Amino acid sequence: MTLWERLTSLPFWAMLQKEFIQMRRDRGTLGMMIGIPAIQLIMFGYAIQTEVRHLPTIVLDESRSPESRRFIQAMLNTGNFDLGGTAASRGEIEQRIAGGEARAAIVIPPDFQRDIKRGRTAQAQIIVDAADPLASAAAISGAGLAGAIRSQALAASRGVGGGIEVRVRPWYNPTSRSAVYIVPGIIGVLLSITMIVVASIALVRERERGTLEQLVVTPIGKTSLMLGKIIPFLLVGYVQITVILLLGRLLFDVPIRGSVATLYLVALPFVVANLGIGLFVSTVVSTQAQAMQLGFLLLLPNILLSGFMFPREAMPEPAQWLGAALPLTYFLEIMRGILLKGTGLRVLWPEALALVGFSVGLIGLSVVRFRKSVE
Amino acid sequence: MTAAEPEYGIITRGLRKEYRGVAAVEGLDLEVRRGEIFGLLGPNGSGKTTTIRMLTGLIAPTSGSATVVGVDVVRSPELVRRRIGYMSQRFGLYDDLTVRENLEFYAGVYGVVGAARRRRIPAQLAEYALTPRADQLAGTLSGGWKQRLALASATTHEPDLVFLDEPTAGVDPASRKLFWELIGRRAAAGMTVLVTTHYMDEAERCHRLAFLSRGHLIGVGTPVEITARFGVATVEEVFIELQRRDEGALA
Repeated sequence: MTLWERLTSLPFWAMLQKEFIQMRRDRGTLGMMIGIPAIQLIMFGYAIQTEVRHLPTIVLDESRSPESRRFIQAMLNTGNFDLGGTAASRGEIEQRIAGGEARAAIVIPPDFQRDIKRGRTAQAQIIVDAADPLASAAAISGAGLAGAIRSQALAASRGVGGGIEVRVRPWYNPTSRSAVYIVPGIIGVLLSITMIVVASIALVRERERGTLEQLVVTPIGKTSLMLGKIIPFLLVGYVQITVILLLGRLLFDVPIRGSVATLYLVALPFVVANLGIGLFVSTVVSTQAQAMQLGFLLLLPNILLSGFMFPREAMPEPAQWLGAALPLTYFLEIMRGILLKGTGLRVLWPEALALVGFSVGLIGLSVVRFRKSVE
Repeated sequence: MTAAEPEYGIITRGLRKEYRGVAAVEGLDLEVRRGEIFGLLGPNGSGKTTTIRMLTGLIAPTSGSATVVGVDVVRSPELVRRRIGYMSQRFGLYDDLTVRENLEFYAGVYGVVGAARRRRIPAQLAEYALTPRADQLAGTLSGGWKQRLALASATTHEPDLVFLDEPTAGVDPASRKLFWELIGRRAAAGMTVLVTTHYMDEAERCHRLAFLSRGHLIGVGTPVEITARFGVATVEEVFIELQRRDEGALA
């Protein structure tokens, strides 16, 4: 037998072909696998947009002047801040934001109006509780913008320099992770969810239907069986990435500063790693319901510890170690690097290498764990 | 027959399977000749399916040896699997694939590809009377059609031996008759068949029978020999007698 004949007669091809036919027939699941990321992204996007508006805001007006009142009104007019009372001191602001009563504060120093009148730069401070980065990002940028517009209006009416400098102080989260910062993460999270779940169900479904018992008595190898199962999902993964990137771009202006080719290349080991997790799950459980439950259980650490929701630097060390054991952690670094900073593999190669390691390791582990028996 | 070809399709010696200290199959010594239709009979829980699963390498025996198509199945299950077919009570068909796609899939899994596949698929469709439904989804077939498709899927690679585990359960009499004609034709062409069944008319179609009771082999022979040994007229009466003894032993 020549090498070519040997390769083409591998059971792997039969498995691959069968999986593609089954995927094509199962329109509902296929539609969901592509539709869900779109729906999730849109929901996420609009949740971000509605949440940033109407932050309960307290005001400390030490200037008590027409200019200061005009400035406060301009801030309230952005719709990002809702007046929730006044404060008598900076200490009170700290207390009320820490207590969760207020989410933002506007502080105007005593010499605000005097500075404007003298053509000097007047300073105002906006404090935003940035612990929830989704909520704070637009408020912060909105405040800056409103300050700039007010400055221009002043300059136009008085014809003097100076204006107002708005100093924004995001508290609790000084790096200020914006909504744009979150969306690249959504690609990783959604890929994780769908890939883990579909891969975990794929093998278990055969077990439930009794076709696995049939397959086990054929000469098909474990590797052929598992690779044939997951490769069609790779394509689904790439369709998902494309859908989210396009929608993110169209609806939420998520930039793509780096190379799309690099992004698609690095996505390969990430998707394979998650399919590996799913396969591993399917070697542990015996029903589709169990597979779903375990899949979603694995999802929580992915969302909480990977740096998707909360910055990993701020986590206690054990949480950081757990995060380091998740493929998503590395993929997030890569996605943010490529999309937001425009960096490439020259910088991101350690993360990419980690993903390759995860994918080989997890698939290998599943193949080893899978037994060609029914005991 | 060349010298390399073994005379026996299956030989087991002291084959035993234990689950948590309880023996499901106890010291089984079986010999199934090539080209024979060999029936494995016995009440539910007598060890028939466990035996078939050991012989196909689905489960490992606790002790004893089993040689299938001349190969030690415990040591080299993959070698055995290339040369056998297996049809379970659940058929193992993909409901969302058509008749032809199911055949093509199993052919591919057994390495039947290219020209061999193009030749074998139409031949199997014709032999098992599946041609009129070739492009219908397997899930929409009735029992008899599914059963023939399952047998066709298990034999596209022209195995030396097939295991049929209650292949006719829940299928109408006309379909069962056609099914047994197909099995008979294949056996006449040299394929060994090991079949389990609860239908006594089918048992009487086997060349030889083995009766299992609570994991023990209690009688092997042609249907005529077996009925004579138990002093009854039909295989069915042997079966009922055995079941009575089983229940007596449990009580």
